Amino acid sequence: MAAKRLNLRKRYELLTRGMGWETTYQKMDDVFPYDTFEGIKITDWDKWEDPFRLTMDAYWKFQAEKERKLYAVIDSFAQNNGQTNLADASYLSAIKLFITGVTPIEYAAHRGFAHLGRHFRGDGARIACQMQAIDELRHQQTQVHTISHYNKHFDGLHDPFHQFDRVWYLSVPKAFSEDALSAGPFEFITSISFAFEYVLTNLLFVPFMSGAAYNGDMATVTFGFSAQSDESRHMTLGLEIIKFMLEQHEDNLPIVQRWMDKHFWRAYRLLALVATMQDYMLTNSPMSWKEAWDVYFVENGGALFEDLSRYGLRMPKYHELATAEADHISHQVWSVFCSLGNATGFHTFLPTEEKMAWLSEKYPDTFDKYYRPRFEYWAKQQAEGTFEFQKGLPLICQVCQVPMVFTEVQTDPMQISYRVTEHGGDKYHFCSDGCKDIFEHEPEKYVQAWLPVHQIYQGNCGGATIPEVLEWYKFTPEDVGNYIGSRDHARWQEWKGDAAVDKTGSDV
Amino acid sequence: MSNKKNTVFLIVQDNEDARPIIEAVEQDNPEVNIQYQPGMVRMERAGRLTVNRETVEELMGRDWDVQELHLNLVSLTGNVNEDDDKFELSWH
Amino acid sequence: MAVVAKDGYVDIVRDRIENFHGNQLVFVGWDDHLLFSAAQAFPLPPEMPFQALISDAMASVFKDHPDFKKIDWSTVQWVVDGEKFKPKMDKSLRENGVGHKSLIRFKTPGLKGINGTRL
Repeated sequence: MAAKRLNLRKRYELLTRGMGWETTYQKMDDVFPYDTFEGIKITDWDKWEDPFRLTMDAYWKFQAEKERKLYAVIDSFAQNNGQTNLADASYLSAIKLFITGVTPIEYAAHRGFAHLGRHFRGDGARIACQMQAIDELRHQQTQVHTISHYNKHFDGLHDPFHQFDRVWYLSVPKAFSEDALSAGPFEFITSISFAFEYVLTNLLFVPFMSGAAYNGDMATVTFGFSAQSDESRHMTLGLEIIKFMLEQHEDNLPIVQRWMDKHFWRAYRLLALVATMQDYMLTNSPMSWKEAWDVYFVENGGALFEDLSRYGLRMPKYHELATAEADHISHQVWSVFCSLGNATGFHTFLPTEEKMAWLSEKYPDTFDKYYRPRFEYWAKQQAEGTFEFQKGLPLICQVCQVPMVFTEVQTDPMQISYRVTEHGGDKYHFCSDGCKDIFEHEPEKYVQAWLPVHQIYQGNCGGATIPEVLEWYKFTPEDVGNYIGSRDHARWQEWKGDAAVDKTGSDV
Repeated sequence: MSNKKNTVFLIVQDNEDARPIIEAVEQDNPEVNIQYQPGMVRMERAGRLTVNRETVEELMGRDWDVQELHLNLVSLTGNVNEDDDKFELSWH
Repeated sequence: MAVVAKDGYVDIVRDRIENFHGNQLVFVGWDDHLLFSAAQAFPLPPEMPFQALISDAMASVFKDHPDFKKIDWSTVQWVVDGEKFKPKMDKSLRENGVGHKSLIRFKTPGLKGINGTRL
């Protein structure tokens, strides 16, 4: 008679929980020096539940299977010149933004979870974090592998990690990830696993991956789906850690609520870059930012916080403002990118009439009233040959580091939101109450912010002129500027021959 | 009050491996709402959604480990409860 | 409130005025002219006369807007760091109360962007 197989729960217990022990030769607090200073009180780590109960043998087996499938597709894509099936080469501005702005934060997450995989006292939590650390490294690697094929044929993809540390708009994701990395383990996991990977995850995934599907980018769709299967474990870890902290001690609630408020807002501001990608960079947009926000935050977020309300956790502060802003942010960010298109590593372009008709339909209250006029004005200047990129550099927010383009959408959408505070005799400017609150709670942290515009003016970015700064960024002349007239455009025209149809407006 | 507030969902890849899983969910979860989107299938239900191993095995024609769901998972929402026989999502 | 840290915390003020080689940062926003998506940042000597802020710094960026050459500077409404003020053109930025990281907002009555659209 065959031996009875251990059930899932028992296998998991033996291979994970059974591996931990109370140290006697050294004090537990010395072995785990990082998990109490934040003030989070854990009375019983054994109460940690890992819903997926994945053991390392199962982990390797499933991950290996995913890798085999993914790399077969990447090979096939490369062999069959899959890049020629894109809807338009201008779509790749989305992928350029992805490899420079998202892939490095996958690597940052890997580092963060590796730290947690050592420093959480609970063995169940450590195992989950170790697996996530490997997952995040896998994501970074698969993204680099996949996008390396595009790098053979298109500009703007050649130095993502160099650029992440330097370029003005990339300081937005960099500052976001470093805020979490430089926090303690419980704040880190609240920020990344809960706020970013649970509450807001679909707002990153859907725009990029559905965007890829709608624009003939099979390679990105494939790595996207491959990564998403890991994300479900990450989301579950995020929800579990929140429930665990809130169940362990009532003193944890105010700390968790504050972290939730902070990191929701920080992640939401980061997503402004995704919003603009979704509405403006995709040749064919599957869904508008506003639609995605309604489904994935307002509806889904509502259900999540309803469930968590029994612990006393409420919706994140300023979530109503985020919902009001959904009608505006993509247009506002694209405006600043179009204005400064001589200093972006991806090509910018004005929306076509067709795209503007779509935007009118998706944003009936705001697009025609507030945003169409500026795109039409720039298009007219283009046609007349009088368009120029803006001289000068923008005021950026001290905390989120996005140029301060956001407006008082609830009262006057054509009035820029200005907030300010003083600390140590110096003034600090913010785009919103959300960012100002974050600064005022931990000013010593944010006075250290490496703000790209200020750093340029301090002379730390290769020189005083824009060309010198772009060289320091490792932007080549072919990387920047209008899509039409670029090398990517010329190459695309050549491949498509008579079938070439320009899918972008004008040549901004 | 909108009953969207306690909706759980499970999203899987739209491929041959996942087909029996989708069919099993349809069979075992009354009033489940199944939406086909590019490359993925979203299965949505009020309160609770369950993937039963036995049902999947019947439809698939072979033994199936619930954890194989990892290969096709895209996204989910709700509290996860997994054991050797089922994978379940629910809100309290 | 302070950063919760394990073994003390070091704060480095990255944008101290001393780091700007004799300059200070000045931010200028032109209300009702959203063709400029955000206020503009300038590194300027504190002793620079206010007139030069207009003719050199502001002009370098804002002259691209058709409203700029129509501005009657005697009617412009100025706010610095939230307070209304009337600049003395021949006095320095510092003497006018424009310090490091001050935000100046100006409104040009009668000129509200392209065709009055606030762009």
